[in-house]
Amino acid sequence: MPRSFFPPSSLSRRRFLAATGAVSLGAALAACGGDGEAGSSGSAEPVSQADIDKAMKTPTELTFWTWVPNIQQEVALFEKKYPAIKVKVVNAGQGVAHYTKLRTALKAGTGAPDLAQIEYQAIPTFTITNNLLNLSPYGASALKDRFVDWTWGQVSGPGGEVWAIPQDTGPMGMLYRKDIFDRHGIQVPKTWDEFAAAARGLHKADPGVYLTNLAANEPAAWHGLMWQAGAEPYAVSGKSSLSISVDDAVSKKLARYWGGLAKEGVISTDPDFTDAWYAGFNKGRYATWLTAAWGPGFLSGSAKPTAGKWRAAPLPQWDASKPASGNWGGSTTAAIRSTKNPIAAARFAQFLNSDPASARMFVTKQFSFPATKALLTDSAFTDDAPVFYGGQKVNQVFADISDTVSTSFQWPPFLDQAATDWTETVGKSLAGGSGTVDALGAWQSRLTAYAENQGFTVKGA
Amino acid sequence: MASRSGPWFVAPFLILFVLLFLAPLGYAGYLSLFQQRLIGGTVFVGLDNYVTALKDPLLLHGVGRVALFFVIQVPLMLLLALLFALALDSGLLRLARVIRLGIFVPYAVPSVVAALMWGYLYGPDFGPFVQLTRQLDLPAPRFLSEGWMPVSLANIVTWEFVGYNMIILYAALRTVPQDLYEAAAMDGAGAWRVAYSIKLPALRPALLLTLLFSVIGSFQLFNEPSLLMKIAPDVISSSYTANLYAYSLAFTGQQVNYAATVSFLLGLVIVIASYAVLLTANRRRPA
Repeated sequence: MPRSFFPPSSLSRRRFLAATGAVSLGAALAACGGDGEAGSSGSAEPVSQADIDKAMKTPTELTFWTWVPNIQQEVALFEKKYPAIKVKVVNAGQGVAHYTKLRTALKAGTGAPDLAQIEYQAIPTFTITNNLLNLSPYGASALKDRFVDWTWGQVSGPGGEVWAIPQDTGPMGMLYRKDIFDRHGIQVPKTWDEFAAAARGLHKADPGVYLTNLAANEPAAWHGLMWQAGAEPYAVSGKSSLSISVDDAVSKKLARYWGGLAKEGVISTDPDFTDAWYAGFNKGRYATWLTAAWGPGFLSGSAKPTAGKWRAAPLPQWDASKPASGNWGGSTTAAIRSTKNPIAAARFAQFLNSDPASARMFVTKQFSFPATKALLTDSAFTDDAPVFYGGQKVNQVFADISDTVSTSFQWPPFLDQAATDWTETVGKSLAGGSGTVDALGAWQSRLTAYAENQGFTVKGA
Repeated sequence: MASRSGPWFVAPFLILFVLLFLAPLGYAGYLSLFQQRLIGGTVFVGLDNYVTALKDPLLLHGVGRVALFFVIQVPLMLLLALLFALALDSGLLRLARVIRLGIFVPYAVPSVVAALMWGYLYGPDFGPFVQLTRQLDLPAPRFLSEGWMPVSLANIVTWEFVGYNMIILYAALRTVPQDLYEAAAMDGAGAWRVAYSIKLPALRPALLLTLLFSVIGSFQLFNEPSLLMKIAPDVISSSYTANLYAYSLAFTGQQVNYAATVSFLLGLVIVIASYAVLLTANRRRPA
């Protein structure tokens, strides 16, 4: 299943650490500065329908790097419609391994695919080096309304560029153990205040159980929680200036909250996607998992002995009158700028994720959480009632959450650094149960120093 | 004629040596003189990277940590290896072959697998040691805490390499001529005296070899901390050892040039440390 995101394999952290290879950036950036080709200008001339029709009838082979299992089924739909075009699917590894190979190939100037799976948070790290093809001239802009608003925000550039087509998503919610809640008389918390009170009560009543585990090695979850809280930690303006404010008032509120709970010892901070963490779910150590829409499917495969005991709910809220959520995970399909067949590649990326049959197949075969509005309101999807969740319509819960994800969150062009620095500052403070607010300051100054060292003009927080 | 065919015999080695060793080394050296940035491209910076690196607290701590690791872990490991080798060579052990194999087998386990396995054993919640102490109402050992981590790492590395070093020493012992032992027996030397006066001196070159390997191994410590990082992210940072730091610089920060600088300096440290070991050993050699 393509919860795709940073998490799953044994390498969740690694995954986030993507990629090598800046050596060729010089060349790429030189291009970034000057040339007028498709590159960074959103006003690129649309490609005519005649040219598109011609290209789609010309025998072509496209290479597509993705780690989505069995994606051949969706690809077959495309090849059936456009028999002249063959798509070669290559699994070049998952997450970080995939990005590392991709960057190496891009750097080498040879061997890069025509298309690649790119997670939302990784898009800016490829656009900064001008490696993605702007799909807008190939008809991608017309697809805007088919996709959930915030996903389109994630794939578009400031000048109307469309860098990728959304494939699946991970709006965040809360999975909880109904049996544990019932046993201790805990109401499903609607606000973070209620959540904190429940955490204290539960751990006091049963010291072997924590209301939740906020993994000290999971910057992706923290970013999702920042997103929910309305933080805007990164904002890129222009080509070379950006603002970093990972320690603004909103983030400080988060740090005080989570740092406080960790310090009291009423939540755990175990690293996630480790053996001990899986055992924690199976043995009832954690009463909730603050996770993404891919979480329900993932958990039902990883914690089989607890089947029937779980339920889903939205995240607790900072302001119960304005429900909000963030996103953790999900992928897109991007065309690589060096492709020799830009039309075919761009059309493939669009077909794969927007063709109704293909998009539906991702939901039914790979159990992805969809990015299209049509599927999120489709009763065949939302009425699914898995036994693992006691027959609750879990997809409906997350489909409703998807509407509450803010559209303005942005990622930095050096996400890997941001992730590592988070773990070594904020994550470390959570695990050590001290100084989480101060750790935000350390994170901020590390990132600022890194960005300046990389030549960015950093605007004060 | 003989002198003319010589180069042909060494050519295969030389070609590979140049292609796989000198060329990458030269390229890394070349890279270390530049700085490449996301904004602004690549510029020649001369020795600036080296100046930065020599003042970089992360690098200095990383090197300091592995140096400390070397000073504590290596003598222990070699002493153990020596004891095992002498015991096996004494011929007094039953099942010597089984024991020899048993001590050597961990070396055959890939270090990645070893680190994962020990990571499980060290587990703070569900690890077997913790479960045991819990049963006995003892305080749980915190193998993955900041203070214990160097010990836990040293334990993994010792477990992995003690057998390898033992085999080198044992093989050296087997080459001691039998008549030396006979002569010693004639002179009335006991087993301890033989070990001290014959075996140990005979082992000197082999011990030096294992020591050199250990210098290199310690300073390049990477697999074990990089895997334990996953389960103890708050203790093992991306700059925990110098090698890990170079890796993070290249693959996380995309600072390839600076990573090359760090690697070069680390190489230099290893050369110096190895040379110091050789020098010390040679000075002590009886005239």
